Amino acid sequence: MNGPKPNAPAFAAGSVALATPVPTGSRDVLPEEMAELREIERGVLEAFLSAGYGEVATPAFEYDETMRLAGPETARNAYRVTDKNGEVLVARFDCTIPIARLAASRFRSAEPPLRFCYLQSVLRPVEPKRGQSREYVQIGMELMGLPAPEGDAEAIVLLVKVLKAAGLTDFKIAVGDARFFTDSLDSANASLTPERRTAILYELQTRDLVGLRRELAATGGFDDAQRDELVGLAAARGGREVLDRHAADRLRQLDDLLRDAGVDDRVIYDLGLVRSLDYYTGAVLEVFVPSDGFALGGGGRYDELAGKFGRDLAACGFALNMERLHLAVLAEREAAK
Amino acid sequence: MSGTGDNVTVAVPRGALMKGSLDLLERAGYDVQEVRENDRKLYFEDQGLITMRPSDVVTYVERGVADIGIVGKDVLMEQSDRDVYELVDLDFGGCSMIVAVPEAQASTSDAASRRRGTLRIATKYPRLTERYFASTGRQAELIEVKGSVELAAIAGLADAIVDLTATGATLKENGLVISEQIADCTARLIANPGAYRLKSAAIDDVAAQLRAITAARGD
Repeated sequence: MNGPKPNAPAFAAGSVALATPVPTGSRDVLPEEMAELREIERGVLEAFLSAGYGEVATPAFEYDETMRLAGPETARNAYRVTDKNGEVLVARFDCTIPIARLAASRFRSAEPPLRFCYLQSVLRPVEPKRGQSREYVQIGMELMGLPAPEGDAEAIVLLVKVLKAAGLTDFKIAVGDARFFTDSLDSANASLTPERRTAILYELQTRDLVGLRRELAATGGFDDAQRDELVGLAAARGGREVLDRHAADRLRQLDDLLRDAGVDDRVIYDLGLVRSLDYYTGAVLEVFVPSDGFALGGGGRYDELAGKFGRDLAACGFALNMERLHLAVLAEREAAK
Repeated sequence: MSGTGDNVTVAVPRGALMKGSLDLLERAGYDVQEVRENDRKLYFEDQGLITMRPSDVVTYVERGVADIGIVGKDVLMEQSDRDVYELVDLDFGGCSMIVAVPEAQASTSDAASRRRGTLRIATKYPRLTERYFASTGRQAELIEVKGSVELAAIAGLADAIVDLTATGATLKENGLVISEQIADCTARLIANPGAYRLKSAAIDDVAAQLRAITAARGD
């Protein structure tokens, strides 16, 4: 559709057509930007390596079947090809799933915890004209075999260190719990049907708090106070007080560790935070800076993923989008002038 | 960063929802005087207000150029893959998303669709229409138009239209009747996911005020 059009008319006299365009959502990186990206990458990798994380790389294509083990929704948006044997291959769209596979198969009997970091690109189909990237570089880590809350705390402390190493000073980490709302919903209403449950959770996933109120109101088995509490916790953001108010015990344990480590001021707890990937089982996080409307990256705990590849390992990790991280660093430098 | 001292920038839709939006924002403490008086200016930096075409509100809010915005549910339904929070039903600007057919064919269009197996639908809301027909188990051939959608049905471009209607007057004027009600659409308050965290207290404050004003008005 956007391929080369040899005889396309010029827009105006004197305008020059870009001789060979690149597909939407893709771009070149030129030397000046590359040098800046490399500098950030070096700082981040150095922080990973000095914390005991070993760098790994995984194949550009995996078997579709392998990636689908992660969950039905997770692998939905991805590029697929068939090889000459008719096997469906999927282009790397996520780094956590292949590293969980790598850990479970290549480190089957290694003493946990296992610590990995990576710097590699991922590919995802894009919506045209939305400024989305078809291909982008992720830098991140996976910590496998260290359960919550210790593992989450190590990851968040490292995330703060890594963002500082990248040159950022003004950032916040939103931290939620992938199962807290669901658990609260189930304990408030034992007679909830699967259909009603799906309808309610859909509103949370699509970040529609109006819809959440509507679906809760349309569901029997709650009283108004319980409905208000559920809406309230879906919208609850803030510090320790939020965890206390809603008795979010798992996150309270995490917060204790983050306080000891002195990074609790970087965290905004958000009990309604959900991530689009469906392998998360515990704490989830997203990184925000004032200069960007989108998250720079995110991650969370996925205790059941490695088990699907043959070794049970409680695990967590995060990935940062290098391009967004770079833009955030530039925006801060610009603001400091 | 997070706190009540933050300024919350608002994307305000021009057009049918503009007056209602400005009235609400004024009661929530925004200085809307200049926006009311100056029809050509778009960007009111000092007041924290940006005015734009309604369907652009989601774009500006998703990208964080505006922290929050006011937009019709119809736009949100059409752009349902956008990453924004929907915070409050502001309960004004009520409209219906409907399917309408020419009056003369109102009784025969079902039969026509059974024979052809598919309906030609003209709309400005192609994605919403596609989802709606798929979810009701029918096939539809979508024809996207930019201007008056009613024309498509009466001039024979399409068998039916999917559009937003407030009073139904334009439909009636053009000999169309409503055959299906898809959804009720009112104005909504939306927020950018980053601002929703970084300016949580300030955004919650605006949302609470707007919710209170809306509730008081509904009583």
